[in-house]
Amino acid sequence: MGVIEFKNVGKIFGSRASGFVALEDINLEIRDKEFVAIVGPSGCGKTTCLRMVAGFEPATDGVVSVDGNPIKRPGPDRAVVFQQFALFPWKTVYENIDLGLRNLNVSRPERRERIDAILTLMNLTAYAKHFPHQLSGGMQQRVAIARAYVLDPDVLLMDEPFGALDAQTRVVMQEELVRLARKNPRSVLFITHAVEEAVYLADRVAIMTRAPGRIKEVLDVASIRNAENWDSHEKIEDVMDLESFVHLRTHIWRSLREEKAAQHA
Amino acid sequence: MQKSISLTESIILGCIGLIGFIGLWHGLSVSGLFPSVFLPSPIEVYDRFMVLLDRRFAGATLPAHMLASFERFAYGFILAAVIGIPLGLLMGWYQLLDEIVSPLFDALRFVAPIAWVPFAALWFGTGIGGPIMIIFAGAFPPCVINAYRGAKFVDPRLIEAANMLGTPSHRVIREVLLPSSVPSIISGLRVSAGLGWQSLVGAELIVASAGVGYMMVQGQANIQTHTVMAGMVAIGLVGLALDSALRLVERIIQRRRGLDQ
Repeated sequence: MGVIEFKNVGKIFGSRASGFVALEDINLEIRDKEFVAIVGPSGCGKTTCLRMVAGFEPATDGVVSVDGNPIKRPGPDRAVVFQQFALFPWKTVYENIDLGLRNLNVSRPERRERIDAILTLMNLTAYAKHFPHQLSGGMQQRVAIARAYVLDPDVLLMDEPFGALDAQTRVVMQEELVRLARKNPRSVLFITHAVEEAVYLADRVAIMTRAPGRIKEVLDVASIRNAENWDSHEKIEDVMDLESFVHLRTHIWRSLREEKAAQHA
Repeated sequence: MQKSISLTESIILGCIGLIGFIGLWHGLSVSGLFPSVFLPSPIEVYDRFMVLLDRRFAGATLPAHMLASFERFAYGFILAAVIGIPLGLLMGWYQLLDEIVSPLFDALRFVAPIAWVPFAALWFGTGIGGPIMIIFAGAFPPCVINAYRGAKFVDPRLIEAANMLGTPSHRVIREVLLPSSVPSIISGLRVSAGLGWQSLVGAELIVASAGVGYMMVQGQANIQTHTVMAGMVAIGLVGLALDSALRLVERIIQRRRGLDQ
């Protein structure tokens, strides 16, 4: 199972009296094996939402829980893919992926088997003995995704994972993630400011307001995706040309633009 | 912008400095301004150095004295590294330990190693134990401080990554803090080797019955200033060799991680 729940969650950085109110009254449930993307203007606190699920930040108000258990600390049941990859530079690709499994006390033969499988799935087999600095940004992020997926976590947390990649690599990675997520579904919380990315990847898209961040609306993409059969198109640009896709994207854009306008008013 | 200096240029400039210094020294010593016992000429010192290489003075030849000194140094330095580096890393990871140890450590590290001489002699004797303690006193603080700084300045994202992978503390220390702190630790070891080597000679001036420092004290007692200076040259050369060796280690490690340039 992997049900993530935000219940009346608020986050204040600094003191309650004079601190910065980052999040206010967040209510959101991510169902088991559902892919939810949060989009919002920069500084709206979307990354903070993810960091609370990861156990890196405590909530000031309310409760963040997974399967009903309030989150107290980070753990391998909630694997994180970071924007800046955060691979260990002194460990090889293989060793980076291995660390989490060693921490779970998985036996050596089973570790080898699982790592080999994920390396194959992510097209990384030839690079097992390479160090991160010998790989391109896209490859490094693939390793980071492999490091998270190999743990077979209930919950996968992705914090703008493609934000540091160039446009072409980004598209390839998005297509691969869709392939991976459909084949091997997990409960995913995906943070991004790229609207197309959110619509392409997610089952539901939550739109946040500018700070203090609140959830403004949640759009159901999955029902439209299934009705219009988006997954029959292999390439991202074909999906992006579909009228139903354009319609959703424009809706989200308008919603975000209102936030921008409000900020400048 | 400053023009960058090539390797050959830097070697030539280094030689110019050295030759200039020796020339000035020689000029002063032959000028007749001072008696030669005040300032032996470079040639006298060189001759004495060569003589001491195979003639016993104060019970041993110069290489034997150097070996005795180096052995003490090695024990004290290794002891300082073996205790200091883990302590520094632990202080960087466990805030409680940091709070308990830091004030004490910060006060103690300002006590010059030489000040420990009476206690080193009392507690560990004047054979090998006493000098080792004094070298340890000199070499220990940079080991602790640099390991601590290394551990404190680890990229916080790597700590978060380790935590989300469920990494237990002992493994975070060994596999994240330690490797990440290697550059800082190595530069700490360089400072530590320098201070340790300096304290050693100070220690030998007082305790010990062999070693370069001891030889120099005996030279002083016999009004052989050229022996004292030959000892200084030997100390300088060993110090330079130590530092070059550690710098080489530093470069090899950086290169292996692809962090050079």
